[in-house]
Amino acid sequence: MKKLAMAKSVLFPEFKVIRDTDRCIACQVCVRQCANDVHHYDQDDDTVSCQDERCVGCQRCVTLCPTNALEVKKREVGFHPNANWSVQHIRNLYKQSETGGVLLSGMGCDQPYRIYWDHLLLNASQITNPSIDPLREPIELKTFLGAKEEMLDIDWNQDFPVIKTQLAPQLELNLPILFSAMSYGSISYNAFHSIVEAAREVGTHCNSGEGGLHPDFYPYGKNIIVQVASGRFGVHRDYLQVAGAVEIKIGQGAKPGIGGHLPGEKVSLEISQTRKIPEGSDAISPAPHHDIYSIEDLQRLIFAIKESISYEKPVSVKIAAVHNIAAIASGAIRAGADIVAIDGIRGGTGAAPQVIRDNVGIPIELALAQVDERLRQEGIRHRASLVIAGGIRSSADVIKAIALGADAVYIGTATLVALGCHLCQKCYTGKCNWGIATQDPYLTKRLNPSIGKRRLVNLMRAWAFEIKEMLGGMGVNSIQSLRGNKEHLRTVGLTREESQILGVKPAGEGW
Amino acid sequence: MMKKIVIHEEYCIGCRLCEIQCLVKHSSSGKIIKAFREEYPRPISRVHVEEEGYLSFALQCRHCEDATCIENCMTGAMHRDEKSGAVICDEEKCVGCWMCIMSCPFGVIQREKKERKIASKCDLCGNDGEPACVANCPNEALSYEEN
Repeated sequence: MKKLAMAKSVLFPEFKVIRDTDRCIACQVCVRQCANDVHHYDQDDDTVSCQDERCVGCQRCVTLCPTNALEVKKREVGFHPNANWSVQHIRNLYKQSETGGVLLSGMGCDQPYRIYWDHLLLNASQITNPSIDPLREPIELKTFLGAKEEMLDIDWNQDFPVIKTQLAPQLELNLPILFSAMSYGSISYNAFHSIVEAAREVGTHCNSGEGGLHPDFYPYGKNIIVQVASGRFGVHRDYLQVAGAVEIKIGQGAKPGIGGHLPGEKVSLEISQTRKIPEGSDAISPAPHHDIYSIEDLQRLIFAIKESISYEKPVSVKIAAVHNIAAIASGAIRAGADIVAIDGIRGGTGAAPQVIRDNVGIPIELALAQVDERLRQEGIRHRASLVIAGGIRSSADVIKAIALGADAVYIGTATLVALGCHLCQKCYTGKCNWGIATQDPYLTKRLNPSIGKRRLVNLMRAWAFEIKEMLGGMGVNSIQSLRGNKEHLRTVGLTREESQILGVKPAGEGW
Repeated sequence: MMKKIVIHEEYCIGCRLCEIQCLVKHSSSGKIIKAFREEYPRPISRVHVEEEGYLSFALQCRHCEDATCIENCMTGAMHRDEKSGAVICDEEKCVGCWMCIMSCPFGVIQREKKERKIASKCDLCGNDGEPACVANCPNEALSYEEN
């Protein structure tokens, strides 16, 4: 196609690269580390200059500069202040009028919608119910995901009680945290490697995403939940059988209702072999599963998968948090899901239209409270575990989610941040300077999996300690006792309706 | 057993921070900004990042067991440190004949012109803990291990 002549862009640089010339030693680490070619070395006068308009604010140069000579700041734009026409809106208008395209973005929704975790407060014991010191007494974080029995048939006539009921398959976790679905393709081999290693070490599970499973990771299968998404990439018998659990991905919090598109240029030989598609071909995940148009269709797929894994592993259904989420989750459980994973509006992505990412879906806190409530009302809460995802930032968010009714949480963005991500939201460009969301061999080696694994294991260890501290403070010695126990939560700064939807009393109200 | 610097080329990101920190470590001030801007001639780094295409790695003296530089040194300046086992150049004795440079199979010895010509090479940072290149590699592409 003939490239159209284009007038000078009116787009303004988003970031300002400030170089302290008193500190800069022109060592060129910044020049070598920037995949966006922001920094340039001038041999004649031994100086480094920058082109701000190329900067995405990933902070790689700032982090690696040995003299701390660099600072990257959001550029103050001198527009006339206007509450309606924000800088972001104006920027998007300029961009679209220049390109005529859908604006893409990475990561999760960054709009200032209310974050309910920050309006929930935890309880602690005083006098009447003594708190527990986790350093002296055991506190249990072990979590089992899967359908639980309505009733157990126990033979009491033996030396020990024997459970006669055949138990549904369970996924055993040492702590109620799993690593979210991020496919090899959206993230690098080294990033994926770091995550699977960490999952095994910690005793939890990670998720393959919809991009199939690279043969190198089959030995880690027990700790991997494999995904069956609308593109069905890399789905075959061994893929299903090697995994700890299988997840049918219906939706994703960052882009509910739409599919995915991995451009052909990113489908390298390795990725083509993993996804089982020709090298260089576009990997398109359709918006719906073309064989699922009803709960009954979902049931057929769930049982087809259960058949292929001999009913030995739980099957999960992942859905995005949308308006009618409670009824949808109920339907998924009735269709046979052993785990329902719900991804809220802040759930991340490697690439999504910005307009969808920022405007579609509902906050996970509200979705979770509603789903838990509905399932209890229907008497089917035990038939599936609830795993929630989308914007879990700390151990406090995890424990609040558990108290609000979740069995476990998925962490995606937090995982990547632990691996070095600086949330520049440019995952879709494939030029991740941190070696995470890229397939460029020059960039992928920047993430050493042994460092990545160590960082993730440290994070999980730290969160486990913090969760135990908080549980102990509440006088609760097992995470199971907190699950769905909304009396341990109080809202602050929310409206009555919001508190009601959360099913949590406002702060100040006693039992 | 002597400790050696091990190269993990699959994780070398070509940032050259090892070179920068090596230079600083071997400067007279030991301060990064001063070493680069005020010391003349500028100290030289004893480690070098070799780069071709996507492959890069930081190479410094391998402290060979069978060191040709020691064999070929006519003044005995190039010698093996008995305590650490490292190959060290005694700058007092070095006359700058460059036979070590000629014979080094890795090309890791350089000419340094201070007051006079001397051979400059990795000294494992005086065996003073982790060498600067290892300690400052942001991606653990170098490690200091028992051989």
